[in-house]
Amino acid sequence: MLRPGNWIAAGDRGSAWFLGVLALVAVAVPILNLVPPPSSALHLSTYGITLIGKYLCFGMLALSLDLIWGYCGILSLGHAAFFSLGGYAMGMYLMRQIGPRGVYGDPVLPDFMVFLNWKSLPWFWYGFNHFPIALLMMGLAPGLLGLVFGWFAFRSRVTGVYFSIITQALTYALMLAFFRNDMGFGGNNGFTDFKDILGFDLHSDKTRVVLLAVTAAALAASYMACRLIVESRAGRVLRAIRDAESRTRFLGYPVESFKLWLFVFSAVIAGIAGALYVPQIGIINPSEFAPINSIEAVIWVAVGGRGTLYGAIAGAVLVNYAKTYLTGAFPEVWLYALGALFVLVTLFLPRGIIGLVTAPDKDK
Amino acid sequence: MKDPSWGGLCLLVLLALGTPVPLRAQSPNDASFLSTLGELREATYSDKAAIVRRLSQSGHSSVRAVLTALMDDRLYFRNSDQKIFIVKAADDDPLNLIDPLSLKSAGPAAADGLTKIGTNNALRREVRETVARFALSSPDVAVRLDAVREISRLLDEANVALLRERLRVETNSSVRKEIATSLAMAELDGPDPRARLKAVDTLRQSLGQDVRNRLALLLDKNPDGGFVESDEKVRRAAAAAVATIDGWRAFYSGIQTLFFGLSLGSVLVLIAIGLAITFGVMGVINMAHGELMMLGAYTTYGVQALMPGHVGASILLAIPAAFIVAGLTGVAMERTIIQHLYGRPLETLLATFGVSLILQQSVRSIFTALNRSVVTPDWMSGSLRLNDALEITYNHLYVVIFTLIVFFLILVIFKRTRIGLEIRAVSQNRAMAKAMGIRTEWVDAMTFGLGSGIAGVAGVALSQLTNVGPNLGQSYIVDSFLVVVFGGVGNLWGSLLGGMGMGIANKLLEPYAGAVLAKIFVLVALILFIQVRPRGLFPQAGRAAEDK
Repeated sequence: MLRPGNWIAAGDRGSAWFLGVLALVAVAVPILNLVPPPSSALHLSTYGITLIGKYLCFGMLALSLDLIWGYCGILSLGHAAFFSLGGYAMGMYLMRQIGPRGVYGDPVLPDFMVFLNWKSLPWFWYGFNHFPIALLMMGLAPGLLGLVFGWFAFRSRVTGVYFSIITQALTYALMLAFFRNDMGFGGNNGFTDFKDILGFDLHSDKTRVVLLAVTAAALAASYMACRLIVESRAGRVLRAIRDAESRTRFLGYPVESFKLWLFVFSAVIAGIAGALYVPQIGIINPSEFAPINSIEAVIWVAVGGRGTLYGAIAGAVLVNYAKTYLTGAFPEVWLYALGALFVLVTLFLPRGIIGLVTAPDKDK
Repeated sequence: MKDPSWGGLCLLVLLALGTPVPLRAQSPNDASFLSTLGELREATYSDKAAIVRRLSQSGHSSVRAVLTALMDDRLYFRNSDQKIFIVKAADDDPLNLIDPLSLKSAGPAAADGLTKIGTNNALRREVRETVARFALSSPDVAVRLDAVREISRLLDEANVALLRERLRVETNSSVRKEIATSLAMAELDGPDPRARLKAVDTLRQSLGQDVRNRLALLLDKNPDGGFVESDEKVRRAAAAAVATIDGWRAFYSGIQTLFFGLSLGSVLVLIAIGLAITFGVMGVINMAHGELMMLGAYTTYGVQALMPGHVGASILLAIPAAFIVAGLTGVAMERTIIQHLYGRPLETLLATFGVSLILQQSVRSIFTALNRSVVTPDWMSGSLRLNDALEITYNHLYVVIFTLIVFFLILVIFKRTRIGLEIRAVSQNRAMAKAMGIRTEWVDAMTFGLGSGIAGVAGVALSQLTNVGPNLGQSYIVDSFLVVVFGGVGNLWGSLLGGMGMGIANKLLEPYAGAVLAKIFVLVALILFIQVRPRGLFPQAGRAAEDK
């Protein structure tokens, strides 16, 4: 039986906690970085900021996955494709910002194009020197891909593992394509060596801190948007599709459009996450498209607890923190630990880590 | 796994028949041979040429080996006792000596105790021809064929006479054909247009690139504007012959591409068969499938390390060993993890991905992250030359054969054995199968073990084609999942057709689009194909299929 009161209350408590923690991070991190002197024990290094920023971006990717997997049962094994496309759009803007400061000093062409002996900018690079256009493309590129791909896939009722496998093929094909120099996206090396964003130096701590705050805000905004969707009437239809797709269709709901638009929305969030990821990490290359990255993202969601939104984000942060810590401290052990974590979580915590602290959702 | 080893044995025998056998002489006069050989020590270059001729007429069984050594600067004499030796390789230190009479190893010796018997270009050419002439009368067809090719490089009067002479007594048809081609090539330079026309006619049946180029040369113009070939009839015939040869060459290169496609497809099929069982029959998305393959490849490496010197046997032994190692790992996985997750395919994905990380890291801890190279046995290296335009590499050929053997073996297991029947019953209706007294848990473990074992066997095949490293499994996993989905989940024939189709499509596109773009095209085509047939080539029918 559907009892809306219960899950809204549970969701609200979780949301309050999540937004509170996020706000704390957005406030505390800049202060800890900028106020205490570098010698102080409380000082947070630039590296620390980069890490936290990375976790938040991954959290956003996990959020976008949980929206479609946890609430609509669509398991995408290719979400890294949308993430990377957003990242590439941001990368193109940042490349154009380098201007004549590149190694070859060409005022228009990025270094790799000069290196490849290209004479002029390819048409799809036009406009990327303007931030608003680049910003538009960060959402539009992944959104369009999601729309076209989803339209084909959902219209012909590709579901379940079939859908998962072809999303994997999609990101794999994109990876191969972006590896090619002829594509005009820097081939193997991708984009790196960025100088500044909107005129602010990317290497200064202040810019980093602002970027982090923007990421936190974007994560909060997309979280609330997702929460709004899943708690609306449409959200209930989505859950109905997840639990009994055919039955929902027979009740007269346009299942395909629900799935398609949710998928597109999720792709856009993933794209924005990728766009925020690139200036903080300082590089984007085709290996971001690797199918393994998409699988990892699915795993964050599962470890955190799917179908809760905040659980997915918590999972992304926790798994990535564990990864950072273990690769640094015990490089030999970390894959064992990570592998064991996945096995144990699936066997003993089917509702993820969040399932430990919240009451079981009676709707499931 | 009895059949693959039997197949390998059979091919071993086939190959042994084709290997050159050392010549056995009629009346070895060792003493006179040695004394003639001894003269080489102090002779001038022109004297050496005469000695070489005498040696070649001696009929001694070691002539060829000695002359080849002389040609390659591997003939030495020992300073202490002036005895002549062949050395195994001139840049070894110490040098490994070979006795020129018995051709058996005579132990190592320091390089400064030996003096090389010098040669110059003229002498080497003389020796090469002598060796070729000598080889022309060898009882072994392969040696004769090589000799004809060697002689044909320089078609002077002496060599043409030599070939004509041989043609009169030659009985083997392929050697005759090779000689006829060479003679016709020589005749193209002759003065008689009718003879040239006839030569062109003979050459039309050839497939060699050199023949084609030689004929095309006739159509060129001299700097003074006249044709290289003055007679118009000959020119027309030559043009037609070039077209014919080109046509055939294109045909054979098409066949070759097809074959490479088949072999790539075979690799995919081999990987996908295991998946078709675990993913198709059991509905388990096994992300560790690639790592099970990697285990198979490392097992091959391990077996080979345990029995150095028996490369061929170690590969054959590795097949059952890899099956057991990967199969047992699979059964262990099923018992400890997967059996708790049936009906939750996406959770299985997660857990098996965890297992794949653990397996990868274990291999890294044991064997380090470096790639290991597995030695390819002799009977798997080299290529089978069907004609001048078509050559098939043995390792790819074996992979195709091996895949077919494995495939039909699995098919037999599924259709003809008790366990196969039980597997199918459980996958179709678990509750009913259980009611009939089938131990479903045991069947699950066996099915998963079988699928994993096949992955291990695929690893053995992969170890012959690529480097063996901890990441071996990951590189094929996307493709193989696609094969299963393309063919239709749960359908072995679909996997076979799907894999072969993907491989061939890939290789057919490669010449036009390049390797990477071809692959992208195939991936995109598959994504579109799934839209048209969302359940693959051969969808499962009936209500059972709907529940999955």
